[in-house]
Amino acid sequence: MLAIVLGRLMRMVVVMFGISVITFAIFFATPASDPAARIAGRNAAPETVEAVRKDFGLDRPLPVQYVLMMKRLFVTRDLTSFANRGQKIIPAIVNAAPATLSLVTGAAILWMLGGTLAGIVAAATRDRWPDKLLMGLSMAAVAMPVFWVGEMVNLVTQSRFHDTWAFSWVPPLGYAPLGADPVLWFRSLVFPWITLAFLNIGLYGRVLRTGIIETYQEDFIRTARAKGLPARKVMLKHATRSAIIPIVIMFGMDFGVLVGGAAVLTEVVFGINGVGRLTYQALKVLDLPMIMATVLYASFFVVIANAVVDMLCLLIDPRMRQA
Amino acid sequence: MRVPQATGDIALRGNAPILSIRELGVSFLGARGRWNRVVGGLSFDIAPGETVALVGESGSGKSVTAMSVMRLLDPATSRIEGQVTLDGHAVLGLDEAGMIRHIRGQAAAMIFQEPMTSLHPIYRVGDQIVEALTSHRALPKARVRAEAVALLERVRIPNAAERIDDYPHAFSGGMRQRVMIAMALASRPRLLIADEPTTALDVTVQGEILDLLKDIQDEFGMAMLFITHDMGVVAEMADRTVVMHRGRAIEQGATADLFARPREAYTRALLASVPVLGSMRGEPAPLRFPIVDLESGIAGPARPLSGTPGRDAPILDVRGLVTRFDVRGGLFNRRVARVHAVEDVSFSIFPGETLSLVGESGCGKSTTGKSIIRLNDRSQGSVRLGKEDLFTLPPEALRRRRREIQMIPQDPLASMNPRMTVGAALVEPFREHGLGTPAEGRARAARLMEQVGLTPAMLDRYPHEFSGGQRQRICIARALMLDPKLIIADESVSALDVSVKAQVVNLLLDIQDRMGIAYLFISHDIAVVERISHRIAVMYMGEIVEIGPRSEILERPQHPYTRRLIGAVTVPDPARRHLRRNQQIHELRTPIRPLDYRPPARRYTEVSPGHVVSVVDGTSP
Repeated sequence: MLAIVLGRLMRMVVVMFGISVITFAIFFATPASDPAARIAGRNAAPETVEAVRKDFGLDRPLPVQYVLMMKRLFVTRDLTSFANRGQKIIPAIVNAAPATLSLVTGAAILWMLGGTLAGIVAAATRDRWPDKLLMGLSMAAVAMPVFWVGEMVNLVTQSRFHDTWAFSWVPPLGYAPLGADPVLWFRSLVFPWITLAFLNIGLYGRVLRTGIIETYQEDFIRTARAKGLPARKVMLKHATRSAIIPIVIMFGMDFGVLVGGAAVLTEVVFGINGVGRLTYQALKVLDLPMIMATVLYASFFVVIANAVVDMLCLLIDPRMRQA
Repeated sequence: MRVPQATGDIALRGNAPILSIRELGVSFLGARGRWNRVVGGLSFDIAPGETVALVGESGSGKSVTAMSVMRLLDPATSRIEGQVTLDGHAVLGLDEAGMIRHIRGQAAAMIFQEPMTSLHPIYRVGDQIVEALTSHRALPKARVRAEAVALLERVRIPNAAERIDDYPHAFSGGMRQRVMIAMALASRPRLLIADEPTTALDVTVQGEILDLLKDIQDEFGMAMLFITHDMGVVAEMADRTVVMHRGRAIEQGATADLFARPREAYTRALLASVPVLGSMRGEPAPLRFPIVDLESGIAGPARPLSGTPGRDAPILDVRGLVTRFDVRGGLFNRRVARVHAVEDVSFSIFPGETLSLVGESGCGKSTTGKSIIRLNDRSQGSVRLGKEDLFTLPPEALRRRRREIQMIPQDPLASMNPRMTVGAALVEPFREHGLGTPAEGRARAARLMEQVGLTPAMLDRYPHEFSGGQRQRICIARALMLDPKLIIADESVSALDVSVKAQVVNLLLDIQDRMGIAYLFISHDIAVVERISHRIAVMYMGEIVEIGPRSEILERPQHPYTRRLIGAVTVPDPARRHLRRNQQIHELRTPIRPLDYRPPARRYTEVSPGHVVSVVDGTSP
């Protein structure tokens, strides 16, 4: 077990190193990405650009630049933006991370509960009306883009019906820190959570339903039925536990990616200043230090989430514990 | 057709049957909403403590009958009619809750064909038994565990108290079937339904499980409904036998009577086509299966092979073949051990000869077949095909020489591309090897189709349109397209029904007679091996422990493992009904060895010309 964990950690470091190198290399291969010209501003004299280049160390060989950037990112932690002069990278991310984490964690709890429930109910009532209703809804959820759903939710809760009894409790758009006012934090995130979870409930419900129905073809389900177990126990204990593994693996991917910034659409629609927005803005102006940091931050969560998922799978399925 | 009144038997016995089936009919919902009847008019009884066998070929409705008694068929796609009375309950009138309360895991329990997949892979075996124990009665926790251990001990699982916390993947197939039996016994059922319980098991393990079932029956006094296609198993297990064919009971009666005086032609045909070990005593050459006339059920004469294999130069000469696979694990996925799948195997095959490789699953016989044509690149040794060593040939030359060795697979359907017509599949290798034009290939394919007993018109059909036996014939035709000198047949007839099996074996012998092809026949079915072989090699733990002429090996086996293997074969002789083999239980071991393992040098003795046996000493597996 310890060997597995150590091996995982090792792989994680290798993956993150690879990602950082690729990000770095892509940046310098991108046309019109010369950071010196950018920093010096439009119509700057060639001497000025040259001075800036020397000043920021952009005239050094690429490997040296890479090492320097990594050192300032991880060791001295004083890396500054190329685009917004003086903006320190690490504090910017540290400030944005709680908003994204709050948004994604809450949504994840919702979609795991909702998706599992939908999948089990649909599989248990296969081809009858609850199944058809749930699968119709889930198809709709998968089909509707998250920014559109978000805007509709805002339309209802922030403007049209905001002054009615139903939605007057909804605070204005934006993120309220958990530490300052937990109640306000919760109230401000309810609809972003629902919006972000909506699509995944549909997706996860469908996958789980298919998985359970397939598992019902297995011989061990026949054994469970033949020994006289009630249908509910066969469904929950025998079928669902095997069928949940693909869901857990999907969850690891989705959670990591969303925490890493893929929740940007939801963040923008609900005015939450999270990591997704930060990444998006950095990409628009080709701000290498910020891109570098946010990409590494994202890859860290993806890799961590996958490692956690692997551990979970080991817990769920003892067969994976061998070797 | 006359079905004897089963109730008469019961009256003689003077006690009410445990299971009584009257006019059972089962239909499945087929394509376009049509109901297809798969079982009809089936009636039989099982008395307390009695064993009744349902026997028939695949698709005869025997498993469906068992599933109907337990009502395990999907009610949306199946319909059951008639009367089923089990332990006083009218089964077909019960609802799902009633089935759970009275029947499943109560009056009746069931074990299945596939022990590898019938246990839940992610729960400990102990927990699965506990579940069966507690699903119908409340028991204190400590007692439940003690009872589960007692059940595992009762099915003779060594170290039951420790193994109860293992997961199913830590058990071999035979041990898993024991766990299944323990689980079935949890409720002390009055009827045990065993659906092909030994079909997927090795022959020695089959013997152990049959012994166990007999012991358990003596101990618990339960009745058994035993479903099988194997006449040998029927003879050994059943008091009475019901022969099924296309969903109907053709004939039923006491097993000894039925075997001695079968009334119906189908029963006679079924019995006549069963390969019986020992039936070839004194025959010098391989013998075709007698052709059974389906109208009368009378077997014709068995024609022997006319040619004798050449003895001058072997067509294939294997020397010191070694195949090892790495087991990886731990940090950095290092090599931690090695599977010695094939260890220092040597043999040769002469033109027109059949050498059979026999042994149990995991003994390395299939790996040997694959290694010979370099389908895995982890082998050492030398394999000479004629004059050239296949192991040192460059890739292109190897590709050309592979034409001379063809394979016939175990599962013909899985080995054919479902989107290619049979004709395209046959012509493809012919063209690939540049043996002629497409028209020539087509003509050759048509000719071969006739030779394997099919028609050229079938070339335009797809694999799924054929039956299992026909597909195997197509695979044989495909192998013949390239004019091979040697055919490796890896369990090629194992999955076929008895009558079809006999036909395909006869076809292989016909082809050998006509074309002088040599076979490497890999099989676990020793009765078939007896029919087809000139010589036999017995493999155990990756090594050949005994090799020699067929009659020598089967009639004068020397190595203890060979004796054990032959002793475990079932024979369709009802006199063996109360036979006990009393073998020691053994877990089939896999030859996984540490990295620094040096295989000990084996010594061999020649007991008679060509009959070589590995000397048993302290290092023997």
